[in-house]
Amino acid sequence: MRYAETGFDLEVDLTRGNIERVATDPRLTRLHLGGLGINARILWDRVPPEVEPFSPENLLIFGAGLLVGTPAVGCNRTIVSTFSPQTRLMAYSIMGGFWAPELKYAGYDRVILRGRAAELVYLWIHNDRVEIRDAAHLQGKGAVETAELIRQELREPKAQVAAIGLAGENRVYFASIEQGRSSASRGGIGAVMGDKRLKAIAVRGTRDVHIARPDIFLELVSEVLQYIEVRRNHPIPGVMPILAGLGSPQEMVVHDEKWHTENFSWGNSRHRRKDFWTEEIEKKWTATLESMRTRLISCHNCPMKCAATISVPGQPTYMMKCFSKLTYTMAAMSDLEFGLRIAQLATEHGVDAFSAPQVMAFALELYEAGILTDQDFPGMPADNEGRFYWLLDRIVRREGIGDVLANGTHWAAREIGRGAEEYAHNNIKKHEQLPLKLGMLNPIYFLMYSTGEKINITQIEGNFPQAPFATREEREAFARDWIHVPDERFKQWFVDWELRGERSIPHYPPVDATCEIVNWQEQMHYIDDSIGMCAGLSSFPLKPPYHIHNLPTLISAGAGFDLDEAGLTQIARRNRTLVRAVNIRRGLRREDEKPPADHWRKRFPELETRLLDEYYRYKGWNADGIPTEESLRELSLDDVADDFLQRGILTAGGEARGEATSAQPPAPGE
Amino acid sequence: MSQKTRTIKTIRIDVDKCNGCRACELICSAFHAVPRYSSNNPERARIRVLYDPLRDIYVPVYAGAYAAAECAGRDRYTIDGKEYAECAFCRASCSSRDIFKEPDSGLPLKCDMCEADPPLAEPMCVQWCLAEALTYEERQEEGAAEPALGEIEIGLEALAARHGWQKLVDTVARLAQKDGTPMDAAKP
Repeated sequence: MRYAETGFDLEVDLTRGNIERVATDPRLTRLHLGGLGINARILWDRVPPEVEPFSPENLLIFGAGLLVGTPAVGCNRTIVSTFSPQTRLMAYSIMGGFWAPELKYAGYDRVILRGRAAELVYLWIHNDRVEIRDAAHLQGKGAVETAELIRQELREPKAQVAAIGLAGENRVYFASIEQGRSSASRGGIGAVMGDKRLKAIAVRGTRDVHIARPDIFLELVSEVLQYIEVRRNHPIPGVMPILAGLGSPQEMVVHDEKWHTENFSWGNSRHRRKDFWTEEIEKKWTATLESMRTRLISCHNCPMKCAATISVPGQPTYMMKCFSKLTYTMAAMSDLEFGLRIAQLATEHGVDAFSAPQVMAFALELYEAGILTDQDFPGMPADNEGRFYWLLDRIVRREGIGDVLANGTHWAAREIGRGAEEYAHNNIKKHEQLPLKLGMLNPIYFLMYSTGEKINITQIEGNFPQAPFATREEREAFARDWIHVPDERFKQWFVDWELRGERSIPHYPPVDATCEIVNWQEQMHYIDDSIGMCAGLSSFPLKPPYHIHNLPTLISAGAGFDLDEAGLTQIARRNRTLVRAVNIRRGLRREDEKPPADHWRKRFPELETRLLDEYYRYKGWNADGIPTEESLRELSLDDVADDFLQRGILTAGGEARGEATSAQPPAPGE
Repeated sequence: MSQKTRTIKTIRIDVDKCNGCRACELICSAFHAVPRYSSNNPERARIRVLYDPLRDIYVPVYAGAYAAAECAGRDRYTIDGKEYAECAFCRASCSSRDIFKEPDSGLPLKCDMCEADPPLAEPMCVQWCLAEALTYEERQEEGAAEPALGEIEIGLEALAARHGWQKLVDTVARLAQKDGTPMDAAKP
């Protein structure tokens, strides 16, 4: 009997049309839990580093987290992993919604896709019945539209569908996989799905998911539910509203956008508009959201209402969450109504709402600078909003300049040349970031931005406050019931952290404390990503219901093997190190680990070097960011250590021979 | 017949507050698992959320009595501009649709308000609905007092409902004779 997990994977070869239900090794669960951990293990074992993202040998894995389908509140994540056409590294975008629980109820922990179908197809999973079905009639359809059509033709209104739009079909490097109210958007995984000619995966399940120690499990989960209710009435004082509560940032609820609109950058991550938020704008934007937002909605088994149904007059209804509310608005220097209008089209086309608006703003900057000219934009309207619609359409169809822009700002700039690289200024590891440009270097964020392999700051940051509170009294009050810290010393670092003076950024927290703070925050995300927990109830907000002290009990009561804090910490380290190892084998090195040059105005090269040196050492990595033989063996990753030695990535003495395999862009039209 | 006050257990359903998370289905299936909470499968739940997010339709419905035959209810309701099938609001486990049936056996499911010993303060679906779409209510209702039935009577009524009174009487008579005690001899 397997608990929490089903014990079966679905292996699908799209080239041969072969489908197999494969029993999995329970030892892997104890080593990696599930979700991201096992996805990384499969990619390490089965995809050699020379495999191109767009090739039949690349795998596309839809993994459900270990505790998905159980009553663990908020545990509903699908972890989609593959190799990204944009970063050329491992991509692991994560979506909430209802797809992963349905997969568990159908009797599978993950779907592993390889090969490439001859024609466009979709996969239909209904318990033991699994079919590859023709999708010719769905070609060019929107992602939301596709899900509706599939449910209708299968006569299964309860089927959950993950689908790509036109962007995925045309292998746009920032194409997403859409699933109703959720999406897996980062890293261009929708493009890999399109390359495999897989339009969608529909799933319906009516099987049981078992719990090993039901009494303990239910007691803990009930406490979590009670805590969520208490926190709803007790927001954290002293922080801005979106950080005071639980869930992902409550963008669908709040009307006050002063903080985002005045602190984040507009256009191509370029302009701060410090006096933007006026009473008049607040009134107008409030009216827009109130009139278009039909209902606040949730993911599976979660009381937080982080998403909303949006009905824009004259356009089909869609669902939205989080900061996609403002990314188009701000990139186009427009207003909320425009943002909600174009986001509907973008959702149907299936593009990442972080990258897509920046790519378009980047193109318009190149046009203003004369690097791109009228010849590149035949027929483009004169107004900014019209230009965004025009560009989005060209990009998802890969027509004209759209074919170049569809590769994202990094590769597009290289192809355009003539100084365009200067304008692709907001990337880390070739991927567009949140449009943030700040003053003073923050050592914690420096390390998270530099070393994160999720390549998205909101998925790395979390449990430690983003900035010190103004007074010591406030900080002490915050620390008083801060039970979430792994150790009391974290409280001291926070209490001593000042806005100005000696104990302020960039030199405080001190380097050793910074390493531990970053490691703790990252560790919590790696745990969430393996069990399928929403970061919004665990690793992302301040004082969440799930933390390092109750998660071991939850996991052991659910899955039926003993686990304590040390054991869970070790698994998180193992998964983290394995993701790094996968990327190291593909050529990732220290030189790739840097935030955008203009992210902070005030930089401290010596301090930054010291931070990276210390952090690598703390993680058990060498000076080039490569996990050492010793740390790999300590984590039972002996096969990784042996592979590194054999390839010469590590030598017996631990020295690096930096061999990069990811320097070249894929051949056009490949 | 004498009048008696009865406690009626009900759930008030506010579809406007439903956030469509389906926690009610999940926890219902867990509560009714044997052993309790040992397995999860919304298909076994005695509550279902009929939902269609793009049309903003969210209707939690509880499983009621089993209906042996389909009814003629195929009408459609339009409420606030949203169209619902008549079935959307029906509690029956019936042959015309696939909800409220055990997925393995096909046997009908019925909400029992989470009957338990000791009793719960509220059914689990209500406890888990932080959106407050489901609210538990007890109200007193005047009604004709029914005589309390003994254990044997309850059993016999169930058998009669299944096989008919005539068959039941015949069987009891036959069994009593086999036992060597003629029915007539047992009369006082």
